[in-house]
Amino acid sequence: MATMPHIKSREIKVVQDIPISKTLPFWEGIKQGKILATKCKKCGKLYFPPVADCSKCFSSNMEWIELSREATIETFTHVVVRPRSFQQEKPYTVAIGKLQEGLRVLAWLTGFKLSEIKVGMKAKLVAKITHEGEPTYEFTRPE
Amino acid sequence: MRRVAVIGVGCSKFGVRNDVNVAELAFEAFKPSIEDAGISPADIEFVAVGSVGAGAWYEELLPAVVFAEYCGLTGAGLVRCEAACASGSAAFATAYWAVASGQADVATALGVEKMREIDTPTVMEWIGRAGHYLWEFHNFGMTFPAYYALYATAHMAKFGTTEEDLALVAVKNHKYASMNPIAHLQNRISVDDVLSSSIVAAPLKLYDCCPVSDGAASIILASEEKVKELKIDTPIWVAGVGYASGTANISKRLDYLGLEASVLASQKAYKMAKVTPEQLDVAVVHDCFTIAEIMAYEDIGLCKKGEGAKLIREGQTEIGGKIPVNVDGGLKAKGHPIGATGCSMIYELTKQLREEVAEKGRQASMKNYIALAHNVGGTGHYCYVIILRR
Ligand SMILES: [Zn+2]
Repeated sequence: MATMPHIKSREIKVVQDIPISKTLPFWEGIKQGKILATKCKKCGKLYFPPVADCSKCFSSNMEWIELSREATIETFTHVVVRPRSFQQEKPYTVAIGKLQEGLRVLAWLTGFKLSEIKVGMKAKLVAKITHEGEPTYEFTRPE
Repeated sequence: MRRVAVIGVGCSKFGVRNDVNVAELAFEAFKPSIEDAGISPADIEFVAVGSVGAGAWYEELLPAVVFAEYCGLTGAGLVRCEAACASGSAAFATAYWAVASGQADVATALGVEKMREIDTPTVMEWIGRAGHYLWEFHNFGMTFPAYYALYATAHMAKFGTTEEDLALVAVKNHKYASMNPIAHLQNRISVDDVLSSSIVAAPLKLYDCCPVSDGAASIILASEEKVKELKIDTPIWVAGVGYASGTANISKRLDYLGLEASVLASQKAYKMAKVTPEQLDVAVVHDCFTIAEIMAYEDIGLCKKGEGAKLIREGQTEIGGKIPVNVDGGLKAKGHPIGATGCSMIYELTKQLREEVAEKGRQASMKNYIALAHNVGGTGHYCYVIILRR
């Protein structure tokens, strides 16, 4: 980077192992085509992203709920300048959609031309496995 | 709580500073701040450092101790404050509380960031991880411009704010940066330059975004007794300190039309200072992206919700208008070395309130001698609002 005299630092490569044991049904659910949220059995609050602990009543007694698929797009952007670990991807569209349950989800939006995407339009939320074999979910065109 | 005043300020040149390491950069801001206050490092009992990128975009993991040693501050109480892009303000608030509580008579807030020692895609990667990593970055690659673009899309859809309106913010801030010798970007630009610049995260284009900068700023705070003892002729009093936070997951915000944390923090600061937005003579607001400045106008009460674009269209936020905003060039053009920004805002407002701004056309006219700094961390994750009064 530097145009001035400099010394290169030692190189370090960092990869974290992120624990998912408490939200495992979510990650397993994706493989079966389901998108799951958690609901607090004590106070009834619904959570997406799913959580193991209720921040409203502090209960850890949660149940798993399958989410509806129909979303209304509230906002979106098309990301052209990508971060280091997304350099191999083509520019992508990210949207926030509101589901019937009142929850919002942030995810990629695929299957539309950029010029077709409007605030307020409908999209479908689907479970997916990435080309790297990782579980994810996307908004796409409703059938 | 005791009355607290800003008695000394210093700011480095912002920009690509490959000529200095991070401690040398801190020194560039710290030295003029103690000279300005007329004190020595031995007078400083507590130091709060604002910095974000330790171990990420610069090499030090515990930078505060390195700066303290380099600036002759070893022995003083020391802490590093992280509140994303509001870290400098978090350091300022921490130093303020140290003095206000009576724990220290003189304290320093030192904001430092060195962001240009690594390549841009890696900086984009680190800052993209500034939301909730697993749910917004891991699979979806949210970048910082993308977060603000979500707000821009929603604001445009709801209020009819246009890409030209956003561009006007950049044009204004570049104009003032062109007069500010410490600003990173000193070129004047036109609306067409902004509209024709490359798309970063639609609808935001390159000239809607602040640069990645290196820089440092230092603020010396003192108690009222110390102000008298040191015979400070123009103390700038800290009249209000407001703070609030927003959700980590952007999907959990109330809406995408403004930042709730900004609304709450500014209300707290106005209440503490017992002032209203109409009384402000000058303000600096968080304009990391052009849409951020328009939302800030609305969130801190410079206009009604949805009327931010009107304010910039009418030129009301330029010198001579209703309320001059970001006449130092803002984050957009002065630059945004993350941990330094909050302290550099206080640097600018102190100069404005003392009517010491040397450059022609950049000094706002003072009526009430009240100024406001609004500093957002992340995308509304943190907010600090500071009100100063001469
Ligand atoms: Zn609960």
